[in-house]
Amino acid sequence: MTIHNITATRRSFLAGAGLVIGFTLAPKVFSAQALEGVPAGGAETLSPMNAFVKIGADDTVTVLSKHIEFGQGPFTGLATIVAEELDADWSQMRAVHSPADDKVYANLAFGLQGTGGSTSIANSYEQLRKAGATARAMLVSAAAAEWNVPASEITVSKGRIKHAASGKESGFGALAAKAATQTPPAEPTLKDPKDFVLIGQELPKLDTLSKTNGTAVYTLDITAENMLYAVVEHPAHFGATVKSFDDGEARKVPGVVDVKQVPQGVAVYADNTFAALKGRAALKVEWDLSKAETRSSDQLTADYTKMFGEKGLQATHNGDVDKAFSGQGVQSLEATIVFPFLAHAPMEPLDAVFIKRADGSVDVYNGAQFPGMDHKTAAKVLNLDPAKVRLNTQITGGSFGRKAQFGSPYMQEAAGVFAATDGTRPMKHMWTREDDIRGGYYRPMYVHKMRGAMDADGQIVGWDQTIVGQSIMGKADLDSTSVEGASDLPYTIPNLRVIAHNTTLEVPPLWWRSVGHTHTGFAVETFVDELLQKVGKDPVEGRLALLSKEPRHMGTLKKVAEMANWGSPAPDGRQRGVAIVKSFDSYVAQIVEISLGEDGAPRVHKVWCAVDCGVAVNPNVIAAQMEGGIGYGLGAVLFDAITLGDGGKIVQSNFHDYRSLRINEMPAIEVAIIPSTEKPTGVGEPGVPPVGPAVANAWRRLTNNPVRQLPIVNVLSA
Amino acid sequence: MITFKLNGQERTFDGDPETPLLWVIRDFEKLTGTKYGCGIAQCGACTVHMDGTTRRSCITPISTVEGSDIITIEGIEGKEADAIHKAWVAIDVPQCGYCQSGQIMSAVALLQTTPKPTDDDIDGAMAGNICRCATYHRIRQAIHNAADTMEG
Repeated sequence: MTIHNITATRRSFLAGAGLVIGFTLAPKVFSAQALEGVPAGGAETLSPMNAFVKIGADDTVTVLSKHIEFGQGPFTGLATIVAEELDADWSQMRAVHSPADDKVYANLAFGLQGTGGSTSIANSYEQLRKAGATARAMLVSAAAAEWNVPASEITVSKGRIKHAASGKESGFGALAAKAATQTPPAEPTLKDPKDFVLIGQELPKLDTLSKTNGTAVYTLDITAENMLYAVVEHPAHFGATVKSFDDGEARKVPGVVDVKQVPQGVAVYADNTFAALKGRAALKVEWDLSKAETRSSDQLTADYTKMFGEKGLQATHNGDVDKAFSGQGVQSLEATIVFPFLAHAPMEPLDAVFIKRADGSVDVYNGAQFPGMDHKTAAKVLNLDPAKVRLNTQITGGSFGRKAQFGSPYMQEAAGVFAATDGTRPMKHMWTREDDIRGGYYRPMYVHKMRGAMDADGQIVGWDQTIVGQSIMGKADLDSTSVEGASDLPYTIPNLRVIAHNTTLEVPPLWWRSVGHTHTGFAVETFVDELLQKVGKDPVEGRLALLSKEPRHMGTLKKVAEMANWGSPAPDGRQRGVAIVKSFDSYVAQIVEISLGEDGAPRVHKVWCAVDCGVAVNPNVIAAQMEGGIGYGLGAVLFDAITLGDGGKIVQSNFHDYRSLRINEMPAIEVAIIPSTEKPTGVGEPGVPPVGPAVANAWRRLTNNPVRQLPIVNVLSA
Repeated sequence: MITFKLNGQERTFDGDPETPLLWVIRDFEKLTGTKYGCGIAQCGACTVHMDGTTRRSCITPISTVEGSDIITIEGIEGKEADAIHKAWVAIDVPQCGYCQSGQIMSAVALLQTTPKPTDDDIDGAMAGNICRCATYHRIRQAIHNAADTMEG
């Protein structure tokens, strides 16, 4: 078998693109490096300095990213950190996915390899500064030996190694092989941050060019000669299984090769994607619903609401909440807020490619958020020694949490579909958009009951919040992801109680971009805004008074108020709303300006956003994540719900009824990054939580209608 | 047997005539820049140019493509395409990048008919292209920037 990686030339655009893996094509043979995505046309040999840095004879520096690039910018961010300590020039930097390895490439926040929780920069910062500094020291050591001069007299800047006294000078490439043999320093010297030349600069992203000319290779773009295309017919109820099926018509579809029952449904194998889809559509499957979830979303809401009266799991209790509510002259406010299931709906649905090699080993290609786990799962399902399975992480078309699953249920399905064949033909397994929207692993449904107590002086003296919903982590006891953002309420309120109830249902839950903050941020920030309004306080001033012990919250909120010229009157017919949410150790405050749209829904014109994420490694990427997070969060609060209809059948199926924000609905956005010398923290998720409550707060002030149920616009009734 | 032009080259297809153009381009022609996103013309990831106008290739049966001229992201060229490409790169529009081929095909078609688009023109031409990363803010800016460079 040979591997052919077509390079990005004009001619190849016209002839074909993507990573083509063939049995007979062999214009240029690459080693396994091509599978790891080493840029085609680059150096043939890369000298490893350490697990994270390789230097090519052509002076390119390749950073092995332990984190998957699905749009949040780790390739660029991690390369920036390495380049800074290496004193490389930005133009020589490249990034690829590292191999799957839960030890060498562990996320230091997780203990296994994984991308999520907005941790890519935070957990890699020190590690990759050291990796860059180590590589620099090894290059200097090689130069000192080569030139026979003291290492202390050698300088490195913008990718050039120099010895001033002798006039010797070299790029990295010429010394790379020798550098790789040098003993790395036990404790490399790191720069003083005041000397940074790349960190903090608006460097262009490394992956932009290939994503604008069609040459970027996603899992769906990998093709192998004689490849099978497989899709699976899934049930419309969670927990349903195949009772019986008739594949007579499916097998008549030209190009359909085989049909097999698998644990997740019925798999159709074909010679091309369309034949597989047409074959699947021709299947007649009868489902066994005896263990399925048959409750509708409305029934679930009613069942969840009943749990308010039961004894729950106490997350926080400061002071004496019951006493606070019964105090003399105390006014109270109560609200119930209902949150729907949410699908992540990344642009590239789940997919994977399997290729069995002549030696019996298998290459797996997928957009792995937990590569180590996907690797182990694939090996187990394929009944192979893990050493015989290579998991090749590909860039992927978004995830928002969807591709990070404990136990790798998607890989179990995909590898199982491959294992059910004789393995002689490579196979691509793909989910359609319908599989994705109806596939579960949603942001769970939650119902919050909020109670607030205000004393005669207009102080908020009591906060009592009960949260009912599934534990994302599958816990029987308290799941911190259900209450994060509420149990650690930033506002100084003397009597605070947060209670959680875990619910059990057949709909599999998962983290969705910003996890618990997707609902706690909304509940906390809309309710505090309403309480402040009741006691006649300004939303910004009122919050600041409650945040006196939280300087970074205060700094971020003051900044956004200044940006929006808070306090100045909004234009006619418009209203503003504010929210601030700390998530993943980053602080994000947003002010929105809205009006009543022609369709009776909020029209969001503008969002001002201030973020404090510690050291700003790449302000360009940070701003992009705030912009994208705002759009993602806004689409969800305005339009999105996955609903279980009568009998538990999933209602939605594609983008026509699971709406995405579109360009005509995207507000203008202004982002400011708070200067900081604190450790860098995440930006992939923290832009999401504030926009929903900020819109709801503006909406309440505009229409007098508080938002008690999401989404704000129900597309099904529209 | 269906005959059509793909990026200027004559191609034939003799499989199932119902096969959408998208899968002919991807599975048979191995041009993978054009993406699958929804299969029902809701997201625009599959956008190509057919005889000079945008077309959702996922719902276009190959039988309707007989004699047509198809241009994909791999073959798009001209001053509008150059301006759009440069503008996209200059402000790092893509995040995950998966929808961007479709976005660019729609944006190029917009500039071909409307060299100096307003925000409303952009909304009208681009609302059929979903970006789940919500790079819309930069897409709008890049289209305006591209129009400015074409003018200059």
